[in-house]
Amino acid sequence: MAARVITISSGKGGVGKTTIVANLGVALAMRGQRVVVMDADVGLRNLDVMLGLENRIVYDLVDVIEGRCRLRQALVHDKRLSELFLLPAAQTRDKSAVQPADMVRVCESLREQHDFVLIDSAAGIEQGFRYAIAPADEILIVTNPEVAAVRDADRVIGLLEAEEKGPARLIINRIKPDMVRRGEMLDIADVVELLAIDLIGIVPEDSAILIATNRGEPLAFSSDSSSAGRAFHNIARRLLGEDVPFLTIRETGVLGRLFRFVRSEGD
Amino acid sequence: MSPEPIAIKGIRQGLLVTLGEGDWSAGLRALEARLGASPAFFRGGHVALDVGARDLSRAEIEDARVLLARHQVELWAVVSANPATEAAAQELGLVIDLAPPHPRRPEAAPEGGEEPPIEGAGPEPVEGAGPEPVEGLVVRRTLRSGQSLRHPGHVVVIGDVNPGAEVIAGGDIVVWGRVRGLVHAGALGDEGAVICALDLAPTQLRVAGLIARSPEEHRHKPVPEVAMVREGQIVAVPWHGGSLGRGG
Repeated sequence: MAARVITISSGKGGVGKTTIVANLGVALAMRGQRVVVMDADVGLRNLDVMLGLENRIVYDLVDVIEGRCRLRQALVHDKRLSELFLLPAAQTRDKSAVQPADMVRVCESLREQHDFVLIDSAAGIEQGFRYAIAPADEILIVTNPEVAAVRDADRVIGLLEAEEKGPARLIINRIKPDMVRRGEMLDIADVVELLAIDLIGIVPEDSAILIATNRGEPLAFSSDSSSAGRAFHNIARRLLGEDVPFLTIRETGVLGRLFRFVRSEGD
Repeated sequence: MSPEPIAIKGIRQGLLVTLGEGDWSAGLRALEARLGASPAFFRGGHVALDVGARDLSRAEIEDARVLLARHQVELWAVVSANPATEAAAQELGLVIDLAPPHPRRPEAAPEGGEEPPIEGAGPEPVEGAGPEPVEGLVVRRTLRSGQSLRHPGHVVVIGDVNPGAEVIAGGDIVVWGRVRGLVHAGALGDEGAVICALDLAPTQLRVAGLIARSPEEHRHKPVPEVAMVREGQIVAVPWHGGSLGRGG
């Protein structure tokens, strides 16, 4: 049984990649999947903090690559879920410590024992992005409904196409339902139309995310308490091949247009 | 002294500039004149230089690189039939083989030398009549942010031109899709060049030396439009069929 290696990338920083990786990891593991979440943002690690596992790190990704420990020693087990592991990034090194071939090698060894490897890519389109996409079977692009984030997502999709990586699917994070209703925010259909890749998730802005993040307890643990938590679980289910309708957070009209678009892209 | 003819064509990785036979310093002078004549076309471009069978030292190739850099053009490759020149170029970190990484993709620019090149226009500025139009280039994909397409002839894009992407053509530009990035037609100086698109909402529109921005108003139902130069201004008009005369 070989794991699916999925890299989560965005181009622009601060759009919520790490939050999504943490929550997807939890949501998939709650569905019985054997999951490794890997922090590939060497030098700026924070996936461990979001998962509340910071104080349990002994070895990291760079230790594995440079042979100071075995892969299994570096994996931090999340005790709340029997099948969730974290492979942390090194905080004291920089991105030059990792080559694309290293990532491919590490992921190859992870594939045998797990169902999913989720890689949290660094922002940008430089080295940290290059090595994070090298081992990927699939890519999830995270963007926010704002012009700059969408522009950078488009840039990243172009680079992925040039490297023939993918398929890439889209997560639109931090949708503010009331602003969309008032027409003050880029609407989902506009974003999907411009980026022209399949949509796999829409996550509403939710203050519960911030609270959960600071506590080190991803929202997805309590799946039904918040709309964002439900959105993460929906993405996990879609990754597992379920046909889950999108949360309704928009005016009628847009919905029909959006779905037509997604469907025609998927055929 | 009459400059050596220079041929320019669009390739997948940017522009291929072929210097005619003859003395290197005369070749460089001709190149400089060509760069100076249509700065907008070259600025920010990536150029591969075909130097023929010349035997060039590292210093001589470096001269070309510096000259191009002064016009904000990056020299990334030198093509030569001379092994000594190839070795010198490689020592400078330049590519000497233009074979694309993904050969035979349908949207790839023509590879062979069959495409009629633009002949060098010499030191006098190119205007009005402009160079003879050359073969068109058809690109069947969406150009995304950060991607740039540059071709001395006409360009047809079947797909969108997204914000942050640019198309720079010596001739006309036709986009069977949405234009939201930057498009520059007639970039070698032809004010008669036109830009056609199913939805023309560019960040910026340029024809020859003229620059225009899109009007701010948001159209709900876009119609196909043609942009061209009329009385010294770029205007966009809805397309209602029929043929287009040469405006310039």
